[in-house]
Amino acid sequence: MRKTSLDMVYELARQDKRIIFIGSDLGIGTLKQFKAEMPDRFLMEGVSEANIVGIAAGLALEGKIVYINTIATFLTRRCFEQVALDLCLHNANVRLIASGGGLVYAPLGPTHEAIDDFAIFRALPRMTIVAPADADEMRRLMPLTVDHTGPIYIRLGKGGDPIVTNDRVPFRIGKAIPMREGSDALIVSTGVMLKPALDAASSLEQAGIDAAVLHLPTVKPFDSGTLLEFASRVPVVVSVEEHNVIGGLGSAVAETMAEANFDAPKRFRRIGLPDVFPDKYGSQASLMARYGLTADRIAVAVEQLLQTANAKELLK
Amino acid sequence: MSISPTSSNAPVNTTPLDRRSKELRRKIVRMIEAGGRGHVGSAFSLVEMLRILYDEVLRFDPVNPRWPERDRFVLSKGHGCLALYVLLAEKGFFPESELWKFCKSDGILGGHPEYGKVPGVEASTGSLGHGLSFGVGFALNARLERARHRTFVICSDGESNEGSLWEAVLCAAKHKLSNLTVLLDYNKQQSYSTTYEVLDLEPFADKWRAFGFAVEEADGHSVPELRAALSRTPFDPRKPSAIICHTIKGKGVSFVENNLNWHHKNKVTPEEVKALLAELEVD
Repeated sequence: MRKTSLDMVYELARQDKRIIFIGSDLGIGTLKQFKAEMPDRFLMEGVSEANIVGIAAGLALEGKIVYINTIATFLTRRCFEQVALDLCLHNANVRLIASGGGLVYAPLGPTHEAIDDFAIFRALPRMTIVAPADADEMRRLMPLTVDHTGPIYIRLGKGGDPIVTNDRVPFRIGKAIPMREGSDALIVSTGVMLKPALDAASSLEQAGIDAAVLHLPTVKPFDSGTLLEFASRVPVVVSVEEHNVIGGLGSAVAETMAEANFDAPKRFRRIGLPDVFPDKYGSQASLMARYGLTADRIAVAVEQLLQTANAKELLK
Repeated sequence: MSISPTSSNAPVNTTPLDRRSKELRRKIVRMIEAGGRGHVGSAFSLVEMLRILYDEVLRFDPVNPRWPERDRFVLSKGHGCLALYVLLAEKGFFPESELWKFCKSDGILGGHPEYGKVPGVEASTGSLGHGLSFGVGFALNARLERARHRTFVICSDGESNEGSLWEAVLCAAKHKLSNLTVLLDYNKQQSYSTTYEVLDLEPFADKWRAFGFAVEEADGHSVPELRAALSRTPFDPRKPSAIICHTIKGKGVSFVENNLNWHHKNKVTPEEVKALLAELEVD
C-alpha cells in the first residue's frame, strides 16, 4: 500500500507541476526516480516534522499540493499543533501519507504504533482521514487527493495486504462502501480490518446469520447517512478498527447511532484496542490476535449480541 | 548602539523616536483603548522594524493583497500584531475603522493575526515557532518558480525558545535561501522575566551564524540603522539573512519600557491611556 501510494505520488507529480513531495528521513532510495526526474520538487528535510508541516503549509498557500510521508505516529503526535494550525486552520492542501497505520510496527513497540491517529485527527476541523483497505483502493484514492480542498491524512497498511476491494462502487472521499448486504447484523470496518470483517460475515453465513459489511475508507468526514441507512435495518451493529476503541471509527459509529435515536434499540459493540499501549512485540497479526481483531472474534461478537434476550426479541 | 546584550540588567536604548514612530504608537494606544487589552510592550518593541519594512522595503498592493509578485511578510511573533494592524490600515489593506474594533466580535482584528481574515496577513500566527517555517515554504516556492519576490519574517527572542524555530533555521540554511530575511526582535524580555533568566539565548548572533545564516546586528529602534542593514540583504548570496534587532520592550513610554506588567495588558484604564498618550505627544 505504501509502495502504491508513493508510486502514485510520482505518477501524479509527472502530470501536475503543483505536486511536491517532502520526506523526513526516509529509507534509502525512497522515490529515487522522482528525485532524479523532478529534483526541485523532491525534498528530504530531516527528522523535523514540525518544520516539515510548516513549510508544506507555506508551499500550499502558494498553490502547491504537498505530499508528506513519514511514520504515522510522528505525523500525529509529534507535530500535532503544526497540523492543527498550519494545515487545518489554513485549510492547506497538504497530504500526510502515514506509514505504519495501526499495529504495523508491532516489532518496534509503542513509540511506533499508530493506535490513536484517528482520535487525534478526528477532533480537527477541516481534516479528512482516509484508511484504504488495500493497494487497489489506494490506487483509486490517490488521484482524488490532487484536487481535494484541505488537508488529508492517509493511513497506510503494512504492504502486501490482501486485495479485498473492487471497483464496482467508485471511490469517493467521504463515502462509505457497502461490501455486503445482510439483514441480521452490520459489521462496520475501516482500513485493513475490512478483510477480517468480510471473513467474519462469511463464517456467520454458514451459521445462518446474514451480516452486512460496510467499509468506511473515510473516517472523517463520516458518512453518517450510509451508516444509518444500513444500521436501521438490523438489530446488531459491530465496529472493527485497528485503533483504540476511544475516539476512532467505533466512537464515530456510536455517536451517530446514539443521536439517530432509533425507535428499536440496537445491540452495539466496538472492537479495537482496549485503551492500552500494546505490551508485546511480535507481528501486526499477533497483536491483532491478542486484542481480538480477527474474523473469529468479530463473528463471536456478532453472535453474542444476537443471542442477548433483547436482540432475540428484536429478531421476532 | 547603546545596548549591552550580555548584561542581565534591563537593556537601555536612548534612540529618540521621531514624529512618525510616536504617531504609530499613539494609534496602538488608541487600539488598546478601544479593545481594552493588548500586547502593548511587544508591539512597541517592533514599531520601527515594521515601519521600515512597510515604508521602504516590502513590495505590495493593498488593492490586490494576493498580488503574486508581492514580497511575503510573516509576523511570526503574532502577539505583536497591534503594530502590524496600524501599518496595514495605514497602507490601505483595510479601513482604519477596523482598528477601533480590535478584539470585538464585529471586527476582523484579533489578538493574533489571522490569514484569510485580515488582508495582508500571509499566515495565522500566535502560537510561537510556526511563522518561520511558513516563510521557508514561501521562499522555497519563490525559488522553485524563479520568482523574484522576497520573504521577510519577524521572530521574537522568547519565540527562539521553540525547537521548531531552529528546525526552520536549519532548513532555510540548507536550502541557501538568500531570498529570506529574518528580523529578530531581541528585547531580552519574555513574559515571565528576562531571556537571560528564563532561557538564555546568548550568544544569540553566533547561534544564527553557526546554524548557517549570514547575520548582522542593529539598533531595532534606529530607522537609519535598520534601513542600512536591510539595504545590504542578502548579506551573503548563498545564505539566508538574519538581523538581530536590539530593542526595548515597550519602547517609547517610560513606565512601559522593560516593564513586564505591560507585556500583555488587559483592563486598561482611561488614566493609563492618558498617561501613555502624554509620553507620546508629538511637537
